[in-house]
Amino acid sequence: MPKFEPVLSRNWNDPEILSVKRYESKGGYAASRKALTTMSPDQVVDLVKASELRGRGGAGFPTGLKWSFLPKDRKETFMCVNGDESEPATFNNRYLVEKDPHQFIEGILIGCFATRASTAYVYLRFEYIKAIKILEQAIAEARAAGHLGKNIYGSGFDLEIWCHRGAGAYICGEETGLIESLEGKRGWPRIKPPFPAIEGAFRKPTVVNNIETLACVPHIVERGADWFKSMGTPKSYGPKLYTISGQVNKQVCVELPLGVTTNQLIEEHGGGVWKGRKAKAAIPGGISMGLLTKDEFDVPLDFEEIRKTGCLGLGTAAVTVLDETTRIIDYLYNTSRFFAHESCGQCTPCREGTGWLYKTIKRIRDGGGRIEDLDLMNHLANNMGITPGTTICGLADGAAWPIKNAIAKYRPELEQFIRENVNPAARIAPVQEAISAGRSPLPSNTSMFVPGIGIAKSATS
Amino acid sequence: MTPTTLPTPRMIPDSLRQKIESYVPRYPNKKAVTLPALHMVHSHFRCVPYQAMKEIAEILEITPAEVADTMSFYGFFPQAPLGDVRVWICRSISCMLRGGDELLEHACKNLNIEPGQTTADGKLTVEFAECLGICDHAPAALSDDGRVFGPLDESSLQKMLDDLRKGPIPLEEL
Repeated sequence: MPKFEPVLSRNWNDPEILSVKRYESKGGYAASRKALTTMSPDQVVDLVKASELRGRGGAGFPTGLKWSFLPKDRKETFMCVNGDESEPATFNNRYLVEKDPHQFIEGILIGCFATRASTAYVYLRFEYIKAIKILEQAIAEARAAGHLGKNIYGSGFDLEIWCHRGAGAYICGEETGLIESLEGKRGWPRIKPPFPAIEGAFRKPTVVNNIETLACVPHIVERGADWFKSMGTPKSYGPKLYTISGQVNKQVCVELPLGVTTNQLIEEHGGGVWKGRKAKAAIPGGISMGLLTKDEFDVPLDFEEIRKTGCLGLGTAAVTVLDETTRIIDYLYNTSRFFAHESCGQCTPCREGTGWLYKTIKRIRDGGGRIEDLDLMNHLANNMGITPGTTICGLADGAAWPIKNAIAKYRPELEQFIRENVNPAARIAPVQEAISAGRSPLPSNTSMFVPGIGIAKSATS
Repeated sequence: MTPTTLPTPRMIPDSLRQKIESYVPRYPNKKAVTLPALHMVHSHFRCVPYQAMKEIAEILEITPAEVADTMSFYGFFPQAPLGDVRVWICRSISCMLRGGDELLEHACKNLNIEPGQTTADGKLTVEFAECLGICDHAPAALSDDGRVFGPLDESSLQKMLDDLRKGPIPLEEL
């Protein structure tokens, strides 16, 4: 295989690249000029379709196809750029904005031209304080240099880009949650359909794209669809930013063609597992995805192959490594705590379900677990989310997947943990046990005061 | 005698009001300026009190309830000022795997507060965070002036707390 030349990260070692002059001197904004002055919007859409670029935000939806869903007779279109990046262990978008903002702005420009959007909102999470500052500066410079504003390059196309800061909510990374948040409301996802392409921000046709997806676009325009498809694996083409974190020696963000393996990432880029230990498992792309066992570390990390391992997908390609000493129950405790905290509260199965899963896992971890809790959690996990059709968005699916996945892959370990960690103080109260067993919650020959009823006596004896 | 209510003096100064109004042309309607306005008011007062919510509502021609509804959804906006510096210690997966939970506990114990509380001298508020997106620094922390800390251990955590108690540093100097 020929050596991989970095594409998205090629300028990351150049601190001067933050200035528009420097970026232009390295051939920047040539692709946007080419698109706006020599191509029609539909030609750009067709080119991106031909490149088979798939969205880098997590779902891997084909970008060109998404753009083509916009109604042909639309009058106004909005572009929303999703920089909420809140999936735990993911930080590649931050690198893209902090280290090469003009590449990203050029991507927005071409994306907006293709979709005929004259306003783009970049929704960035508030935690990216430095990135927001760099981006706002870069937008101002790009406008002054004529890459944004009215009649760009004399093509008659206008574009304004505005930064919109989030305020600390995971759910605002869901595209309709993001739109609601942008409109100044609670970040509650909308019922679909209508999809954003038909009715999105301010009830107008809207495209929501991830930062990395848009950053790929200038390169496709410049070097063509065939070049883009020369990298990666079937159905997963192009370069990808992988992040490696957790129990490895080096926590880094690296750019590689789609389809590298977990082993390669750990050994060649992550400096091996930390403390001289061996790996036990890895999360392939954010905690919603589930776990890869160490036997699955040779599976290509792309959009297709990864699903065959029982993981939800590639997600954000944020690889998190667990070493051999890490207990699966601790991993589950962390993921379930996250989702219980981040459920937006709109749909009951998710709001209550994530809380129940967290409490159950916490009880098991504290030593109050029962073997049947595993089936109970599976049952609960299978009934929350858009797959069973009980919630509006996919947060519950992401909350349920790591649990289903861990019970399927690590059941013996979890059962052994429950058997060996018994702490009577952590067990569920007898009343709850009685109810779950279908008995009267009251011990025999006892009575208690029930408001509105008076003295209630137990039904038995 | 007719009951009278004392007029509450305006708290949002004119300069801030103009800054909020300057965001209106960016969006098709005024309500969309709610989050930017909350951010601006927050960075001015370091909190968003009820009176400020009412004034934001007046500027944006929406009801105070709508502002409160939006604001209360996000974890970022306190209604009363927090410490001079606010620091988030991450507890999500990459940080947890490298001791983030213990560091949070350690920091709170050391300062004699619970997560979410402010030190008695009003200098520092410590909160937990779900993934801050700085996992290359895990276990990591972020202060609200934009400083990133990590990878932390017990001694660098102590140094971080000492540094933070000296007060915020403007982003330009970072």
